[in-house]
Amino acid sequence: MFTSWSLIRFGTILIYLFMFAPVAVVVLLSFNANQFGSFPMEGLSLRWFVALLENKAIVRAFQTSLLLGALTAVISTTLGVLGSLAMVRYDFPGKSLIATALIAPILVPEVVLAVALLLFLGAMGMPKSFPLLLAGHVIFTLPFVVLVVQARLVAVKREYEEAAMSLGAGPIETFFQITLPLILPAVLAGGLFAFTISFDDITGTLFWKPGGVETVPTQIFAMLRNSISPEINALGTVMIVITVALPLLSAGVARQLTRKQK
Amino acid sequence: MASLDPMDNRWRPWRLLAPALTAVFLLLVVPISFIIVYSFWLRTATGADIAGFHLDNWEEVLTDPFYRDIMVFTIWIAFATTVVCAVAGYIPAYFIATTQFKHKAFLLLLLMLPFWISYIIRTMSWINILGSSGIVNVALQWLGITDEPIQMLYNQWTVIVGLVHFLLPFMILNIYVSLYAIDRNLVDAARSLGCTGWQSFREVTLPLSVPGLAAGSLLCFVLAAGTYITPVVLGGPTDAMFANLVFDAIITQLNWPLGSALSLVLLILLGVLVAIYNRFAGLGQIAKSFG
Repeated sequence: MFTSWSLIRFGTILIYLFMFAPVAVVVLLSFNANQFGSFPMEGLSLRWFVALLENKAIVRAFQTSLLLGALTAVISTTLGVLGSLAMVRYDFPGKSLIATALIAPILVPEVVLAVALLLFLGAMGMPKSFPLLLAGHVIFTLPFVVLVVQARLVAVKREYEEAAMSLGAGPIETFFQITLPLILPAVLAGGLFAFTISFDDITGTLFWKPGGVETVPTQIFAMLRNSISPEINALGTVMIVITVALPLLSAGVARQLTRKQK
Repeated sequence: MASLDPMDNRWRPWRLLAPALTAVFLLLVVPISFIIVYSFWLRTATGADIAGFHLDNWEEVLTDPFYRDIMVFTIWIAFATTVVCAVAGYIPAYFIATTQFKHKAFLLLLLMLPFWISYIIRTMSWINILGSSGIVNVALQWLGITDEPIQMLYNQWTVIVGLVHFLLPFMILNIYVSLYAIDRNLVDAARSLGCTGWQSFREVTLPLSVPGLAAGSLLCFVLAAGTYITPVVLGGPTDAMFANLVFDAIITQLNWPLGSALSLVLLILLGVLVAIYNRFAGLGQIAKSFG
């Protein structure tokens, strides 16, 4: 048994290497002083990050991505939290059908969703535009928000809300005074998830974005056509920092919030 | 559930659900119905649409060997990716579920990391590894094994590598969830009745982890079959998958009715898979890995 267990452990290490080594290489190469940005490394340098800041197209793509991600997170989380409250707190006829409807956008392949939305809203008179991009990102992130928020919401006790209501608070007052503070970590988690998915999305975005508008992923995609450059690695590193550091940071904040409540 | 306000309670869940359901209806249900109708229209050479019930697009999509070959290729890539993910994903899932290792939570956290790292970055990171000036080629030349860089990128195998890299965390997480739920006493009981380690795995653990394996496989297959980016970045000129066809029809050729029919073919194929899965396992299994 000892030998097969060490095989499993060895296999696990290999697979973790497979998952993380390529990404680690991106980060490593982004600090490369070599002008072709390839191996062998010739020392460390921040020149590619400086180049990023000086590249107007990339800065603009960043602004677009941040705005799109933030708006998507706000809208998607609002819809998702309200819907999750209904799903977790109430019993009603047709509930399982509604549950399927809420996660339907991830059951449909993203390409199909992208085509359907583009053609339908196009026929309704909405061309490829920022609002179309936003609508697409909202519908695409909604199921993830619902799944994450529902999972957290189940753990929030109902007694506090019932106590508030039995003391005379109305449903809206109860929501803002009791429920919302209790589920705040879930709301934040959902919002963050929506932001990250929107910030990283590329397939749908390629269909929906108007000409001349790029998000960070589509900008990277466009730059890749020429071959990989050290600038792309630097951009990748910045994105990794944003999408990884942000959730870790907020997980810490959420933990602080829950601790205070106890 | 106890009702506090009987007058109000019946409608409140619907009021809470209204915005989300409206979004799903207007941005998903109606658009998909729309492309179903649209797929029977015709696009003329002048770029105008002829409304009506024409089967031309469907006939072209279903009979043209060009589309058929790409469909077969797409299924092959998705299938190979799923099998590799299942085999390679089982090992770490099993390790994390059974280890006494004290940094187990850390291993799980690491598993979540790839979900936060952009798909395009993870895909392009392979160019740094396998490209002509990537690590592998530089190492081979430094060791004197080859004089010139070997062309490893831009074929169907690198497409599979890229997809496995992208989808493995989904598989590991799903398998882990069902392995974690297994009562350890069952394995101990099997062992005490004389099973070898391998037998107790094959007879007890493996069958009990099938739900997770199935959920992970479904996710991997559906996501791999619908991929657009990976074949463009890591595949060669002949490695187009079905989503590339759709993109080409809609964005490049602007033949929207044909693009509608093509995307519906993909939707139906994957929808049938999801429906079969739902019939036997229920979609709730997939939701578990978000818990």
